[in-house]
Amino acid sequence: MGKITNEELLTKISDKFQDQFTVVGEPFGLLTLETSREQIIDILTFLKNDPALQFIYLTDITAVHYPELEKQIGVIYHLHSLVNNVRIRLKVFLVDGDVQIPTATNLWNGANWMERETYDFFGVIFDGHPDLRRILNVDDMTAFPMRREFPLEDPNRVDKKDYFFGR
Amino acid sequence: MQNHPVYTDNDPQNELSTLNLGPTHPATHGVFQNVLQLDGERIVSGVSTIGYIHRAFEKIAEHRPFYQITPLTDRMNYCSSPINNMGWHMTVEKLLGIETPKRVDYLRVIVMELARISDHIICNGVLGVDTGAFTGFLYMMEHREFIYEIYEEVCGSRLTTNIGRIGGFERNFNAIAFSKLRKFLKDFPVTLKEFESLFNRNRIFVDRTKDVAAVTAEDALNYSWSGPLLRAAGVDYDVRAMNPYSSYEDFEFEVPVGTNGDVYNRFLVRNEEMWQSLRIIEQALTKLEKEPTDIFHADVPEFYLPPKEEVYNNMEALIYHFKIVMGEVPTPTTEVYHSVEGANGELGFYLVNDGGRSPYRLHFRRPSFINYQMYAPMSRGMLLSDAIINMSSLNVIAGELDA
Repeated sequence: MGKITNEELLTKISDKFQDQFTVVGEPFGLLTLETSREQIIDILTFLKNDPALQFIYLTDITAVHYPELEKQIGVIYHLHSLVNNVRIRLKVFLVDGDVQIPTATNLWNGANWMERETYDFFGVIFDGHPDLRRILNVDDMTAFPMRREFPLEDPNRVDKKDYFFGR
Repeated sequence: MQNHPVYTDNDPQNELSTLNLGPTHPATHGVFQNVLQLDGERIVSGVSTIGYIHRAFEKIAEHRPFYQITPLTDRMNYCSSPINNMGWHMTVEKLLGIETPKRVDYLRVIVMELARISDHIICNGVLGVDTGAFTGFLYMMEHREFIYEIYEEVCGSRLTTNIGRIGGFERNFNAIAFSKLRKFLKDFPVTLKEFESLFNRNRIFVDRTKDVAAVTAEDALNYSWSGPLLRAAGVDYDVRAMNPYSSYEDFEFEVPVGTNGDVYNRFLVRNEEMWQSLRIIEQALTKLEKEPTDIFHADVPEFYLPPKEEVYNNMEALIYHFKIVMGEVPTPTTEVYHSVEGANGELGFYLVNDGGRSPYRLHFRRPSFINYQMYAPMSRGMLLSDAIINMSSLNVIAGELDA
């Protein structure tokens, strides 16, 4: 395990951001916090620059779509403090139709493509991103394919009818 | 990162030419497109376009039961697919709380280190080819072929291995696999030594690679680099050492680091990692002697398919077989992040589970994808020929880049 425990980590964050986040839990020892899009950059900056914590390594940015929730799109950040060897997961939930969140590219250059990928697949708009374009899909695609309502296979295809396969 | 004046697009003194490097250029080793603005032979700016072989693995994974996702992971980094397979198995095992026996861990370590060697063989061999030396590549390729023969003995396939199952392996290692492994441990060091003496102090090679595309540790961390590239820049981050999985804590090995992150450093780091991998495999073989020889999977009947003859003759096995195939075994509703040290860096699996037979959401943290995004910015001011070498030494695998 890491050099600082999750309790110490939580105390440090609570001292700075009293009630601006909620603790989701510690699945498999990975402290998970939920916050709002107004606070996320402040918390990320604090985690990165605090001399005791030093979460200098941005492991990943991605999103999860929960269509049944009121706030459908969850943006997930994974950070890693290489000095203390401890990880943290941050979540921000956004209402569908208002999927804007400030970019983390000012903190890490590596966030650029991770945010582009998240935009490409979930339609999350990262405000202030220098080059928010689609990255893996074609530019003229209109849908956001990792959302749950997007079908795995194109329902309009004529070459893949069930009766061709004896179904 | 740059030691040459960089002209801007609207500078009237310069006529820039546009070059489409890729998507199917032989020097790019895969489908990578970079639209470069050239001033003579210097690169002024570049834009990377990726996604040519995007196959929507994350979407497909939401529609497949856990054990059917292993073949998808094969096709990410296809130069070292066993690492991807094992990483996925371990993620699911972490989710389900399965403890694997020590023998399984050691066998996995052997397979993963073989995969790391075969991946580094490709990368360093190709780097030699790109600098004009074909011999080293051919010498090393023979041993990659031999590694694939070992895979064949273990799982039956070569490139996209689908090796192992959730809980362990689908079958035990046979005697031929072990004898081939010993032969490999005897033969490969000779070639690797020869390979190093061909390159390490070769005047042409050193001139072409030294101080080319040097990256500082700060830049590398800022761009979330991982694996040999980050270590060549001087940061000793190795998932195997930092967050040991599959009993890596039982092994003694060193994490080689470079000093200035140039192409030459990356080459040396990868070579040294191959020596360390050989060391790990040797230790694993010694440790295996003390383990019972008939254990090759954990005792988890609700997740590990029973042998077929038992399914026909044993009621309990039939029930488990049915439940596994139909996905009727309950799984915990939670989320898990697990990462392994892939050949290119930290290969992470972020799995959100809702208790169903397939993941609610599965995200792959693909090291090639994250490592490659520095390519266009770092190419500025570089010679075109250096940019080609830089791409070889990044070892970006198109399958992992696009998933």
